[in-house]
Amino acid sequence: MSSILTRRQLVTTGLVTVAGAAGVGAAARFGRLTPDYRSILGLGESLTYSAQRLLVSGQPPAREFSRSQISKVHPTNGPAPKDETYRGWLANGFNGWRLTVEGLVARPASFSLEDLKRMPTESHIILHACEQGWSYIAEWTGVRLSSLLALVGTRPEARYALFIPIPNPQEHTGIVRLFWDSIDMSDALHPQTLIAYGINGGDLPADHGAPVRLRTSRQLGYKNVKYLSRIVLTDNLDKIGTRGGPGTWYGGI
Amino acid sequence: MSANVRSATLYAPDEAFVEAPAARSRHLAVVRITHWLIAGSVLGLLVTGTGIIISHPRLYWGETGAIGTPSLVDLPLPMIIGPSVWNRPIHFLFAWILLFTWFAYIAAGLLTRHFRKDLLPAKADLKWNRIGRVISDHLRWKRTSEDEAWTYNVVQRLVYLAVVFAIFPAIVWTGLAMSFTIASVFPFLATSLGGFQSARTLHFVLVNLLVLFLIVHLAMLCLVGFATRVRAMITGRIPQGGSAQ
Repeated sequence: MSSILTRRQLVTTGLVTVAGAAGVGAAARFGRLTPDYRSILGLGESLTYSAQRLLVSGQPPAREFSRSQISKVHPTNGPAPKDETYRGWLANGFNGWRLTVEGLVARPASFSLEDLKRMPTESHIILHACEQGWSYIAEWTGVRLSSLLALVGTRPEARYALFIPIPNPQEHTGIVRLFWDSIDMSDALHPQTLIAYGINGGDLPADHGAPVRLRTSRQLGYKNVKYLSRIVLTDNLDKIGTRGGPGTWYGGI
Repeated sequence: MSANVRSATLYAPDEAFVEAPAARSRHLAVVRITHWLIAGSVLGLLVTGTGIIISHPRLYWGETGAIGTPSLVDLPLPMIIGPSVWNRPIHFLFAWILLFTWFAYIAAGLLTRHFRKDLLPAKADLKWNRIGRVISDHLRWKRTSEDEAWTYNVVQRLVYLAVVFAIFPAIVWTGLAMSFTIASVFPFLATSLGGFQSARTLHFVLVNLLVLFLIVHLAMLCLVGFATRVRAMITGRIPQGGSAQ
């Protein structure tokens, strides 16, 4: 071991530190840190998020599969709401239910299920994986979220889209917990991101989030909010938090 | 190589510890630092990985698998829903530390010629009878010569190279193959393995190979003297022997 080596190591350590600090600074400036990066759980996720967002700046589609690969079982975690309003909607085909799109948009609007179904429809056969480790392939049908956002006019300062499920009277009993969540505009505008009302050629069943749910192709199962009632665009999550349930904001693995 | 350093047995009691000359270090400083960073992050990855696998301790082959579909293996572990929520993010934090450390180790290993000097086996040693003798000596719990405190035998060299350049990259590959985002850019990472669940199963199998290595690694440490070897990996020094045991 010579002093030259020690000096070289010192220089290397210094360079790595400077590069790391510059990386965090650049990531913060260009919005490549997760909104929960300050937490112990968000730190590692933020590195993953920054690296992956740089990699997918061209928005390549996630892997798609053929109809013959569609799974026979499509498990869900947690049952559908059982309150009277929801059961009534389920019985009458969601007559009276509306999806509102608001926040940082030029023309806030609300849509009935019929409105959504009249818009250009799109289907993707993609892999759904739960954080727990299981997975299935299904074909999801719905409206591209980017089309919906184009209709209401996304304001340029929007950075996140919030997905809020229908109000759930049983929320506090712990029987059925419907979590709200948020994604960044990269995921919101991704060509495979759908507001889905159908699965495998049929309507979305209650357990899968009827009438409509968020369907992303690059995030773990828990990010795909079911039973949607509101989509809100915002530029800041500091005051409201990043999501309603346990776990980290970024589920991109 | 000075004779005085090697004049006594390695298995000297601690009180006989004498500092080796400063110019002579068993392990390069960068090897020592990265070794402990890797050891810490691997431990963290094993703990959090266990937290993830117990959330669904079934392995499948192909793209899909869930309760209600046939599994390849049902691991003899309890199924506990929940721990994956906080174990997965910490798993990634340790994975990043390990990855950065691995890159630093590879860069430093090339720069200092560590791989060529310390790990690449000599051609003469790459013979089945040499390899076989090292293995049979170890299986018979035969103590190694003191020379071997200063160098690696051919089996050690091959195993370390395999861990650094085969098992570790394969674990990273199978981990990345489970990411939809990564697979959207590099689909072959997942498709070449048979799919998402195959990648998950292979990730688990490879980690078990790594654990097997760790068990042998630790058993060998105990055989040749845990304290002296651990001290050598921390301070770089090997005690100069006084009395034999």
